Amino acid sequence: MSILNGIFTYAKVFAVGGLMCALAQLLIIKTKLTPARILVIFLLAGVALEGFGIYKPINEFAQAGISVPIIGFGASLARGSIELARQVGFIGAFAGGLVRTAFGVGVAVVASYAVTLIFSPRSK
Amino acid sequence: MQGITIHKGTNCNFAATSQTLKKSVQKEAKSTLFFSTPVHIVSANAVVGNKEAQGPLKRYFRRTKEDIKMGEKNFERAEILMFDEAVRASLNEARPLVGDAQLLITGDLLNQMTTSSYVARNLDLPHLGVYSACSTYTEALSIGCVMLDGGYFDTVACATASHFATAERQFRYPLEYGCQRPPYAQWTVTAAGCCVISTKGNGPIIKSATLGKVIDFGQNDLSNMGAAMAPAALSTLSTMFKETRTTPEDYDLILTGDLGKLGSDILRDLMREEGYELGQRYSDCGCLVYSVDQNCYQGGSGAGCSASVINEFVLPRMIAGDYNRVAYLATGALMSTQSCYQGETIPCVSHGIVIERE
Amino acid sequence: MNAVANPIEKRNERYGKYVDSVTPKTGTAKSLWNSFWIGGITCCIAQGVGDIYALIFPNFSEDMIVNITSMTIITIAILFTGLGFYDVIARKGGAGCFLPITGFANAISSASMEFKSEGLILGTSVKMFSVVGPVVVNGIVWSTVAGILNLLILGRF
Repeated sequence: MSILNGIFTYAKVFAVGGLMCALAQLLIIKTKLTPARILVIFLLAGVALEGFGIYKPINEFAQAGISVPIIGFGASLARGSIELARQVGFIGAFAGGLVRTAFGVGVAVVASYAVTLIFSPRSK
Repeated sequence: MQGITIHKGTNCNFAATSQTLKKSVQKEAKSTLFFSTPVHIVSANAVVGNKEAQGPLKRYFRRTKEDIKMGEKNFERAEILMFDEAVRASLNEARPLVGDAQLLITGDLLNQMTTSSYVARNLDLPHLGVYSACSTYTEALSIGCVMLDGGYFDTVACATASHFATAERQFRYPLEYGCQRPPYAQWTVTAAGCCVISTKGNGPIIKSATLGKVIDFGQNDLSNMGAAMAPAALSTLSTMFKETRTTPEDYDLILTGDLGKLGSDILRDLMREEGYELGQRYSDCGCLVYSVDQNCYQGGSGAGCSASVINEFVLPRMIAGDYNRVAYLATGALMSTQSCYQGETIPCVSHGIVIERE
Repeated sequence: MNAVANPIEKRNERYGKYVDSVTPKTGTAKSLWNSFWIGGITCCIAQGVGDIYALIFPNFSEDMIVNITSMTIITIAILFTGLGFYDVIARKGGAGCFLPITGFANAISSASMEFKSEGLILGTSVKMFSVVGPVVVNGIVWSTVAGILNLLILGRF
């Protein structure tokens, strides 16, 4: 039973995550938007979903399927900001998003720096 | 080798008429320059990268570089090295024939034309830097011919280069950034080409040069250079036909610089609308330089694209007698990344020259 | 003015339509499918990593598991970028590769590597966020707005 449950979870993750990416791809093909603009659109969608409180139920359903696409990053920022604002007043809104996402951004910056020291870009 | 057809010129009377044309037509020919002094292309060389050396023209490229970094510490240095090698090879080849070059006209794609200037730094020659993106080579040749025809110099070297990695960094994204290119994109050619032109010596003769107008048909897609540049090629090519009083049939080969497959198809359509059927004698350097299985989308682009194809493929075959008269139009898109982000459309230019076998 | 501008606008419009009709389009179905399955698998890998961490560290909070999971896949993506095969996958995966957080990591590390030639301070450090900047800036600005709005709505400002 738990194996079946596990398979179902992964199927949901695969389907929702895949759908998000396919949606972004469709936007690229149909509208000629640059990747940077599409990332921002999805990020803001995440912020909005979290702001309106819709993100949490979706995340419970799709788990990594929604939190790994950039929507999850936006939601995380918004959630951190909202939570810290509730705790310490409105100045918390400025710091909360960064605090919550600092793990990911921090490791991305440090690892990028380390990788830069070792590797050089190549053309293929 | 499909797509390349050899035409033997039958009705080439251009040489005989160019003198009279110069007198009678020069006044009404507003943008075509006829050179009365024969300007010979004495030596022509190109250095190409690995990807180009594996393309359909691999038999023709004599100087190739295995590694895209060419043992240098960065891609800009590699471009300079490649450029320097091409220029020196041509100068050395021309020296016993016509003596030292007296002027160097070069250009490339990078900001402030650093590659050109850093190459010229080591060459102890008067230097003119010219920029018209991918049509730099024909612009340099046109200016060189004017210098020679005016009698100011005997021997001039014209050169240009482009490098995939440096152009990618300047105009698009970092090399390792994972983004998909649309199917209508083009691939910047890693190549440097240099030729020495002189009023002395032997070799194919540059008969006339048609200077292009800057044309903008409102295209704003940075990836779709072929569609943006085709109208510029249309303008220059039809001007060239009108002002030299020729038709496409008078040429054995009509070659555009880097329109790619899409751009050259568009140019065919546009020329048909103007009443010129280009037919099989028309080809494009961008289409020639890569094969379909090299994942280069619509083909090559960049200043080095047409320079390497002309120098290593077309000119040797002219000398061998395969072509008698070639019209060569390089096309350039004159935008910057900033101008495109500011919502500007892409202005393009195309300069054409007519080369004839001696 | 209009009389002068109109023929050119008309010509450009006509040419634009013609270009649209001859420009080859990305194979919609195929590229959608590629980004679907590659994006889906990326999410599944992240889910798997998270599940494994949850087994190894049963006393970690859920937030902590999420954090170390994203740190792990970000590191993997950056390593892939350094080794030079992230962009090869992305050429096929399209949005499946840049929409997940791995794409964010790839954008940072590719810019950082690209500008290594200008030095670690003036190149790498200055240009690291050149691609990913819009995401970070918009994220911070609009999450702050969300936080403040939330307080206003709750009436606890």
